[in-house]
Amino acid sequence: MNWNTLLFGVFPYIALTLAVGVTAYRMVYRPFSVSAQSSQLLEQKRLFFGSTAMHWGLVLVLLGHLLALLLPKGLLLWNAVPVRLYLLEITGLGLGFWALVGTYVLLARRISVARVRAASTGMDYLVLVLILLSALSGVLTALFYRYGSFWFPAVMTPYLWSVLTLQPRPELLLDLPFWIKFHVFNFWLLVAVFPFSRLVHVITVPLGYLLRPWQIVVWVRKLAR
Amino acid sequence: MKVRAHVSMLFHLDKCIGCHTCSIACKNLWTDRKGAEYMWWNNVETRPGTGYPTGWEDQERFRGGWEYKDGHLDLRLHSRAQGLFRLFFNPALPSLDDYYEPYTFRYSDLFTSPEGEDQPTAIPISMITGEPMTPGAGPNWDDDLSGSPLYAANDPNLKGLDPEVQAQLSEIEGVVFQYLPRICNHCLNPACVAACPSGAIYKRAEDGVVLVNENKCKAWRMCVAACPYKKVYYNWATGKSEKCILCFPRLETGQAPACAHSCVGRIRYMGVLLYDADRIPEAAMVPDERLVESQLDIILDPFDPEVIAAARAEGLDEGWIKAAQNSPLYKFVKVWRLALPLHPEYRTLAMMFYVPPLSPVVATVEKALRASQGNGGLVRLDLPESNLDFELYDNLEKARMPVEYLANLFAAGKKELIVPILKKLLAVRLLKRQESLEGGVTEKALRVLADAGLTLEEAEAIYRLTTLPTLEERFVLPPYHREMAAEVWKDPLAAKGEAGFGYVQPPVRGE
Ligand code: SF4
Ligand code: SF4
Repeated sequence: MNWNTLLFGVFPYIALTLAVGVTAYRMVYRPFSVSAQSSQLLEQKRLFFGSTAMHWGLVLVLLGHLLALLLPKGLLLWNAVPVRLYLLEITGLGLGFWALVGTYVLLARRISVARVRAASTGMDYLVLVLILLSALSGVLTALFYRYGSFWFPAVMTPYLWSVLTLQPRPELLLDLPFWIKFHVFNFWLLVAVFPFSRLVHVITVPLGYLLRPWQIVVWVRKLAR
Repeated sequence: MKVRAHVSMLFHLDKCIGCHTCSIACKNLWTDRKGAEYMWWNNVETRPGTGYPTGWEDQERFRGGWEYKDGHLDLRLHSRAQGLFRLFFNPALPSLDDYYEPYTFRYSDLFTSPEGEDQPTAIPISMITGEPMTPGAGPNWDDDLSGSPLYAANDPNLKGLDPEVQAQLSEIEGVVFQYLPRICNHCLNPACVAACPSGAIYKRAEDGVVLVNENKCKAWRMCVAACPYKKVYYNWATGKSEKCILCFPRLETGQAPACAHSCVGRIRYMGVLLYDADRIPEAAMVPDERLVESQLDIILDPFDPEVIAAARAEGLDEGWIKAAQNSPLYKFVKVWRLALPLHPEYRTLAMMFYVPPLSPVVATVEKALRASQGNGGLVRLDLPESNLDFELYDNLEKARMPVEYLANLFAAGKKELIVPILKKLLAVRLLKRQESLEGGVTEKALRVLADAGLTLEEAEAIYRLTTLPTLEERFVLPPYHREMAAEVWKDPLAAKGEAGFGYVQPPVRGE
């Protein structure tokens, strides 16, 4: 087994197993801990710039990746017209850059604001560093290996599907440049860290809020029955 | 009619001496922990003042409570979609500096300082960072209006007051203030519950206590902003929101909440109120001037056979119904109409009630009389005190604590709700003073009593419950029978010989 197989054929399964297994364990046995601790009480201004940029940047960029995973053909068809390709690439690059700046602001804030530092754990820093590297390598990839939206459907979509369908084909990545491989590996690393860090809060997105009644009344007595 | 019981507290503001014993009892019991140092689930404010957190009544800024517009009742904070959109940053959240940075002193310095010319001092350090700091604010920095007139001048409740009246409030030798102890109001229409995207906050149907499910709380902090009373706090160390729990573990074992139990002025009363849960929306959706009436309307008469039958149908047992009938709250709130909720215009239907203060009264009348008799300055009147009170009775608008101000606090600005209360309080005071000090009641006092709408028996009952109540009369607590509820959760016999019901996780934040 070579490094490529280890990193892109074996490690993804370790990461995914951890992500699913540990998250499930944490939800059932440690529900108190399934959340991301907010530090907005301690510092507001820099959080506003950092948090908004990082979250929305990441959410939208990830949605883009997801789209390429689910609708590779549609993406290629869209890109058939150059203007549309440029539009997509510029938007993606912009969002990636936005997320990168936001993450940097958050990391700098966590290190330099004494109150926030006092409320931070080692994992908080690690997560931010990993996201920063992810955004950085993503932006570099988009800049130097154009056009991602062209080759992603050809290389990454089959690779990701091969992993998800349990027939890994890590060799697809063998000849890719360093930064792209780095970006992919970093992603799997984030997946592995996910259940052990504040990243788990991703699963708590409260979409139920759109539907639930405004008021919640609980009968302790009836609940017990 | 859906009858439910509510365990409520009443604050008789005339009796509050502003000693903060309540706050300390609460702090010692519940918030003396890391991350909770800055929280005061019970706090006592000097009014006029800006309170704690500073300026909490400024809803333009903090966006708490509900807004009633075009037949709709909406959270001032957000719509559902906006709530999700603002998950990553909540623009209306107070920052720690709106409360204060908690501090302690480095006492070890007193022992470890090297020998020298000067006395060693314990320097103040932040309880968050541990670094030396200069304290510049606190939860009662403006206690008794000390230090600076700035706090009093910035009180939003002074809005609509005559500038002249406002100036009188802070006149030298005429300065006036009162105390306002506050806890969570365990509202009927709580904004904190409605604002929580995770649905982590709930109201207990049994007794109305509003609680945060700490396992479900995901640190979105919307409740902190949405509560118009700023009575949900965010614990920066555990990453969870926390609030006053009305000492439910004490209630369930037949004890009054710690703040009420320790109250030095004995200003606090606890009791059950029955209310109609079906009519809550209706009560919250009326114009400002009818809010108090509509809220009192859904509080039901516990002696009415129909109400009793409906209460039984909802599963309330005899013990609770009896507690509701003996409730001092019911007397103050519904029978005598002496108590009002704080800031009804927030439309959360606050269920803690306040008897507005009469005490800091006579000054402007006194002054006017003095002037009319050609006496200026500090000369005492030679009118007997009793006459002075009659003067005030007819001129309540001249009371030292302006009626408008009290109306802004307790009646959505409606003076007509405050005046009858003050009249009743004053009438009882006059009557009892004549009875016990002046050896007999005058015609005039009886006339005043009738004018205030009280009978002699009522006056006597108000007097007794105000000044001479025993502990059991102040706190009429319902029988919870939680031991039976526990039986349904777990088989107590299965845990016989063990130290408890199992393993409880320590409340530490996730990595
Ligand atoms: S006062 Fe208490 S129940 Fe009412 S909105 Fe605030 S936290 Fe919720
Ligand atoms: S303990 Fe009682 S008298 Fe003292 S401040 Fe609190 S409410 Fe007022």
